[in-house]
Amino acid sequence: MGAFALLLVAVVGVPAVQVGYVVLVEAMLGRLGPVPQRVLRPWLWLAPALLFLGAFLIYPAAGTIWLSVLGPRSDRFVGLENYLFALTNTDMRIAFRNNLLWLTAFTTVTVGLGLAMAVLADRVRYESVVKTVMFLPMAVSFVAAGVIWKFVYEFRPAGAPQIGLANALLVRVIPGFEPVAWLVHPVANNLALIMVAVWVWVGFCLVILSAALKAIPSEILEAARVDGASEWRLFWTVIVPMLGPTITVVATTMVIFSLKAFDIVYVMTNGNFNTEVIANRMYKEMFTFRDFGRAGAIAVILFAATIPVMAANIRWFRRQEALR
Amino acid sequence: MSTSRPAAARSWTAWDRLITTAGRIPLHAVVLAVTALWLTPALGLIVSAFRPSRLVTISGWWNAAMPPFALTLENFHQVLTTYNLGRSFLNSLAITVPATVIPVLLGAYAAYAFAWMRFPGRDALFALVVGALVIPLQMTLIPVLRLFASAGLVGTFPAAWLAHTAYGLPLAIYLLRNFIGSLPRDLLESAHLDGAGPLTVFFRLILPLSIPAVASLAIFQFLWVWNDLLVALVFVGGTPSVAPLTVTVSNLVNSLGGNWQLLTAAALVSMLLPLAVFVALQQYFVRGILAGAVKG
Repeated sequence: MGAFALLLVAVVGVPAVQVGYVVLVEAMLGRLGPVPQRVLRPWLWLAPALLFLGAFLIYPAAGTIWLSVLGPRSDRFVGLENYLFALTNTDMRIAFRNNLLWLTAFTTVTVGLGLAMAVLADRVRYESVVKTVMFLPMAVSFVAAGVIWKFVYEFRPAGAPQIGLANALLVRVIPGFEPVAWLVHPVANNLALIMVAVWVWVGFCLVILSAALKAIPSEILEAARVDGASEWRLFWTVIVPMLGPTITVVATTMVIFSLKAFDIVYVMTNGNFNTEVIANRMYKEMFTFRDFGRAGAIAVILFAATIPVMAANIRWFRRQEALR
Repeated sequence: MSTSRPAAARSWTAWDRLITTAGRIPLHAVVLAVTALWLTPALGLIVSAFRPSRLVTISGWWNAAMPPFALTLENFHQVLTTYNLGRSFLNSLAITVPATVIPVLLGAYAAYAFAWMRFPGRDALFALVVGALVIPLQMTLIPVLRLFASAGLVGTFPAAWLAHTAYGLPLAIYLLRNFIGSLPRDLLESAHLDGAGPLTVFFRLILPLSIPAVASLAIFQFLWVWNDLLVALVFVGGTPSVAPLTVTVSNLVNSLGGNWQLLTAAALVSMLLPLAVFVALQQYFVRGILAGAVKG
């Protein structure tokens, strides 16, 4: 019953309030003269959105910058102490190292594999099946993806039946292969986590790059072929340069994701065995250690790292739009 | 140069074709192998969710294709009742539906104003809204948490509605303004001349015409909120009466450890609705992605 009432509020009440707002606004404006109407109308249609953005996005973001120069309970000024901690602490250094690994490995593999699959699948008749299969993980939460892959990485000591796909396969294919505890192994574990993110995001790269690939006029490709360019050369001298802007957009999106990676690490290792990342570290400072100063400083560092990439991204979108 | 070219080109293309024909086997092998690699982990999840616990712990899921053929629905029964997944499903729904409807509609109001109303500072304000895309939500967590705490909203659905609305709005306004702004001016002006007020124009003309953009945006926001862990973890928390699926399942990963038949069943339950929405409305989703629907 409680759940039903809730659902009613959610499905009927919320939209009703929203529609009610503009109806009320217009009824009010109707009583005014044409000049105040014209002046007030845009602001009243914008007001709810601006209120939300101000109260829950822009003002809090400024607040976090202020928190980052205060102590754990935000009751005293500590200057740049939190930043000093964030940049020198051992766990944070591991997190920085791992995020750098995420940034390079994740971005390279998603964009590279996405591009390769876009070009290869373009030549087979079952292209749409391939694209759908690789795109489907986008619909799945990182929590569910974490479960799926934790099961793939399941480890049993040598001799015991391996129920994890990765070890079972390798033990069978490579004679004398010792099962690996993928999420504990110091080199493999970070890559194992990155693989999960790759599994989720490659479809995104594939779909965008494939659309851009199909937009290349076939005359250009044919002309290059007639001129005797091999497919391999065609790829590097025609396709890659022509997809340049799209590759840049896709790559920056991947870079931003890699900087903010959180869910997969939280679910699969919670940063243990040297798999810590910045966003998970921020969550720990915030909830486990209740140090709002340090958590704030880490958030600001994360923000500072994403600004140049995001700014570049928005600029690219704008430029693309201008070309449309 | 031009005289010798056609012959050379023809022999080259023939040669290329020969290579491509012979080369098609590796091509198919690579494409199919990668596709299989993408499908297999999910297949393992689906199969394991239907296997009895005694088998899951002693043999790999691929053995389900060999005798004894034992499949069961017991895992689903257990996670839905004992492990609270039924309630979590409803909680996810109660969080996601308003957190999708609110930002899309409010974003459409704002987009209408940005696209078709004239006021001072319009372009600067729009730039500010788009600029808000660069703010990672981590930047907002602590102050918003404090705000919600003082309002007694922590651990309630409205906390998630409000937060997700704010996080979704920059993208919503950006995408919808671009779409609504590209509607034909004549159409809106003639409606205006016919005496239609802003309400009529918006609900009868703009909103119906913007269905493609609204749909792709709504799917994005729906998937994003349904699959979100961080915002739910911080503002809603793990109390059974409010915890959404992502939070419940991530807690089960810790508490159920090696009970893979239960974990996989739980994860599968959490995937059903987004997968259904995704498969049914994939075209809109792809269109949204291509229009630049990328969340910061």
